[in-house]
Amino acid sequence: MSGLKYTKEHEWISVEGGVGTVGITPFAQEQLGDVVFVELPEVGRKAEQGKEIAVVESVKAASEIYAPVSGEIVEINKGLPDTPATVNSDPLGNGWFFKIKLTDAGQLGNLMDEAAYKSFCEGLH
Amino acid sequence: MVDQPPQPTFTGNRGLVIEEPLIFEQDMAGRTGVDLPEPAKGADRLGGLRRKAAIGLPGLAEPQVVRHYTRLSQKNYAIDMGIYPLGSCTMKHNPRLNEKMARLPGLGDLHPLQPISTVQGALELIDRLAHWLKTLTGMPAVAMSPGAGAHGELCGVMAIRAAIEHRGEKRHRILVPESAHGTNPATAAACGFEVEAIPADDRGRVDFAAMQAKLGPDVAGIMITNPNTCGLFENDFARIAEAVHAAGGYVYGDGANFNAIVGRVRPGDLGVDCMHINLHKTFSTPHGGGGPGSGPVVLSAALAPFAPIPYVVHGADGFRLVEHDDGESFGRLKGFHGQMGMFIRALTYMLSHGADGLRQASGDAVLNANYLMASLADEITPAFDGPCMHEALFDDRFLKDTGVTTLDFAKAMIDEGFHPMTMYFPLVVHGALLMEPTETESKDSLDQFIGALRDLARRAKAGEAAAFQEAPRLAPRRRLDETTAARRPVLRWHPGNAQNRAAE
Amino acid sequence: MRYLPLTEVDRRAMLARIGVPSIESLYRDVPEFARLAEPVELPAHLGELGVEREIGALAAKNIGCASVPSFLGAGAYRHHVPAAVDHLIQRGEFLTSYTPYQPEITQGTLQYLFEFQTQICLITGMEVANASMYDGATATAEAVMMANRVTRRKRAVLSGNLHPHYREVTETHARFLDFHLALGAPDPAGAEDLISRIDADTSCVVVQNPDFFGNLRDWRALGEACHKAGALLIVVVTEPVSLGLVEPPGAMGADIVTAEGQPIGNALTFGGPYVGLFAAREKYVRQMPGRLVGETLDADGKRGWVLTLSTREQHIRREKATSNICTNSGLCALAFTIHLTLLGEAGFTRLAEINHRTAVGLAERLGALPGCRVVNASFFNEFTLVLPKPAAEVVEALAKRRILAGVPVSRLHPNRPELANHLLVAVTECASESDQDALVAGLKETVHG
Repeated sequence: MSGLKYTKEHEWISVEGGVGTVGITPFAQEQLGDVVFVELPEVGRKAEQGKEIAVVESVKAASEIYAPVSGEIVEINKGLPDTPATVNSDPLGNGWFFKIKLTDAGQLGNLMDEAAYKSFCEGLH
Repeated sequence: MVDQPPQPTFTGNRGLVIEEPLIFEQDMAGRTGVDLPEPAKGADRLGGLRRKAAIGLPGLAEPQVVRHYTRLSQKNYAIDMGIYPLGSCTMKHNPRLNEKMARLPGLGDLHPLQPISTVQGALELIDRLAHWLKTLTGMPAVAMSPGAGAHGELCGVMAIRAAIEHRGEKRHRILVPESAHGTNPATAAACGFEVEAIPADDRGRVDFAAMQAKLGPDVAGIMITNPNTCGLFENDFARIAEAVHAAGGYVYGDGANFNAIVGRVRPGDLGVDCMHINLHKTFSTPHGGGGPGSGPVVLSAALAPFAPIPYVVHGADGFRLVEHDDGESFGRLKGFHGQMGMFIRALTYMLSHGADGLRQASGDAVLNANYLMASLADEITPAFDGPCMHEALFDDRFLKDTGVTTLDFAKAMIDEGFHPMTMYFPLVVHGALLMEPTETESKDSLDQFIGALRDLARRAKAGEAAAFQEAPRLAPRRRLDETTAARRPVLRWHPGNAQNRAAE
Repeated sequence: MRYLPLTEVDRRAMLARIGVPSIESLYRDVPEFARLAEPVELPAHLGELGVEREIGALAAKNIGCASVPSFLGAGAYRHHVPAAVDHLIQRGEFLTSYTPYQPEITQGTLQYLFEFQTQICLITGMEVANASMYDGATATAEAVMMANRVTRRKRAVLSGNLHPHYREVTETHARFLDFHLALGAPDPAGAEDLISRIDADTSCVVVQNPDFFGNLRDWRALGEACHKAGALLIVVVTEPVSLGLVEPPGAMGADIVTAEGQPIGNALTFGGPYVGLFAAREKYVRQMPGRLVGETLDADGKRGWVLTLSTREQHIRREKATSNICTNSGLCALAFTIHLTLLGEAGFTRLAEINHRTAVGLAERLGALPGCRVVNASFFNEFTLVLPKPAAEVVEALAKRRILAGVPVSRLHPNRPELANHLLVAVTECASESDQDALVAGLKETVHG
């Protein structure tokens, strides 16, 4: 299993066999506060790197989720809309949003690794 | 030290704070608070569409209804009770004469579609108010119909887009400062524009260089608030307007903060092309718990031809209402003619104050805000160097390392008997606290407010974080669970509702 | 000045604390050229008596509906509002309060809005309602835009019998947001075929019940056709008292209902402020504009209310908001809910029955006048009377005799000569026997004068 990659918009992606699982980072869920709602894309939808693909809402903010890579949505976390709190409690595990079949694995090169993301977050304050 | 919770009572009431159930929980079939005669008998002409099922409305008699709403009212804070220092809301005293005038026979009971010959006085009133608004702003025209400030924004931005299209151009972007009220970008998007944010400089004003860099043939204009939402006068406003005009764009002025300058500065002199005025802010029409408002828009000569219908015209043989336009009007924005009830109240306010009183009011508003700032600055961190205009902006640096947030601080103010100031707005400052006292606060009222805030600041810094996090403790309700409200929305009462959500 | 508490003594002390010599010096960021040296050229302040004379003089130039026989409708209706309503809405805690952003100290406002939302659901037969919009016309335009968002389509079909102001406001929004409207011609007999105008691009069909001419129709078949095509049915109600007697839009398959709330609790006041009602199916709640009040618990486990789902709104979502609306029509919503609470089930249904009966009786008498006929097969409390000459002239002539006879259709449809002789007559419980007699006699003389 390859290491997690991160975007500047605080999404993470974990790729295995050409399919990436995507969620938001612990930093992002903490900034948002209690998540109250998630809107997931439909399976089969085509996504473009950097474009909006999902929505996550807390009491005080609503955020777009941007696709970390281009591809096709092949699975969504069906239980998540009923238990949005999971995004807060387990953002890297059960709080995943969707799985995407990559069209271009090279795009992963545009993303940050763990260390780079950590210093990116530190620089934000 | 956190004090003990008070003794529970049998009723759940606490002195004058009385628990009141929903009207649906007080229903008795057949009971009513009105006496209506027996309807005549006969065949109906409802086309077979007579209602089949009962509606489910509860039945209460008048004494219960009066008691219900009286008890509800006692759980509300209001201007009539104390200082309401919400920034950019201008919570000034609502004169009762306004209410009396709005209810006069011959005004309150006019139907909007009566023959024009029977409503000449109403049209004249609108025309008079329009004259005051134009004179105070130095603008040649005004659209009276928008129903609130945000609606006025829509009117202004639509007029801008109509003017640009009339020139044969297409411009897709509107510039909006980061400090702008949320309605500004929402309005621009509602008119089909893309929003381009402009940062503030370190003095809290629009960054002129950044703004200028974004100008181009694709920019329809700028939406700019002056004084801005940091409570500061945009020194460069006239230069900004010139630059935008030179690039072929228009200047939309958000007039929410007009109270700082009314009678002393005319936005028309500074180069606005259109500006909405919140009658429910600057001109005292009551906020009513969330409206109704009124948002007339003053317009430059360039934009006046595109004004929405309807509008009042004063001719040789009296007043007319133009409801259908063969010219360049961009169309209708609202049913009927505008918020007449608010026009009556605003004109009453203007006649009461006069030009001299309005000038004094804006000066006192600015004086009061600066007095707050000067009296608090050593305990609560001002966001920018003064002087400010009619509102004072602070940030949360004074709470650093105390464990108390701006939110906690605000909730503690409630226990002291004050409505909190605006929090977390504008977004350009961290943990913002924006206070607008208005001119109708006496010095005594301000001194009491200042004293309480200084004490709270001192206590926060002295490590009493727990007390702040538990606040409020004395209000009709403690902090409410907004997360559950949003996760599992219950937006109406249901028959057989589980009243006790704690059981879930 | 009676509204300004600061005295010169206060001002001097405050300026000293601030450390500046004068109020004028606080305006130093204003460029010199823009500072006015003198008060503007407008009259000086007046005491209450002076103001009352000025406003009173303006009022005296008008003929108010309460003082003469009046039969005006066309989207605004005069009903009797019980005395308690106006007293309660003028309590300072309601009148001078603000939007309930601090719920701990605004439970009064939040509770009445929750009750209001519930009442709207009950009378319209819908699942969720918001805390009000500016008026029925803007609510309708917002409903169309919501249908566009929900269906991701851009073509709205509007009934030709929709109130012209409602159509015009929707047209304004369509122009700026690039969606299309398929309009229809007005049909006083109310026999439009809307089903045939639905296509694969249609986001919604908008109808009014009773329609602009007063006709009542069963829209169930239209609702089914809409849903089959993936479109929404929007039903507009300009006279909500009709919901006391007529099948509600929710029972006809409506997806969104918008209405003008003015007739319940609110004075006519020459057209505003009014109150827009907005209700929809629960599944669309996140696409709804406007404020929503939801129930919850506080830290002590007590039931309370808060504004919720706010992330749809402008103060959070900014350019992605469902609407730019901020201030809505709180106090008018309060007047509406208090009046409806006083009426209750028994009062509301009886009020509606009285309206209908009175209208039926008067329609018969007017339709029997030589040269006149009533167009409608069905109606609630407003019908269309065709006169033998232009209605606008007749109305003007009767106004000179202090009778407000109704609204000429030409006032709202000026470019339809075929409707020039059509008069909308609204009859409520406020029309006394002598008012009705005056109208009948007046029309009889005027149409043949």
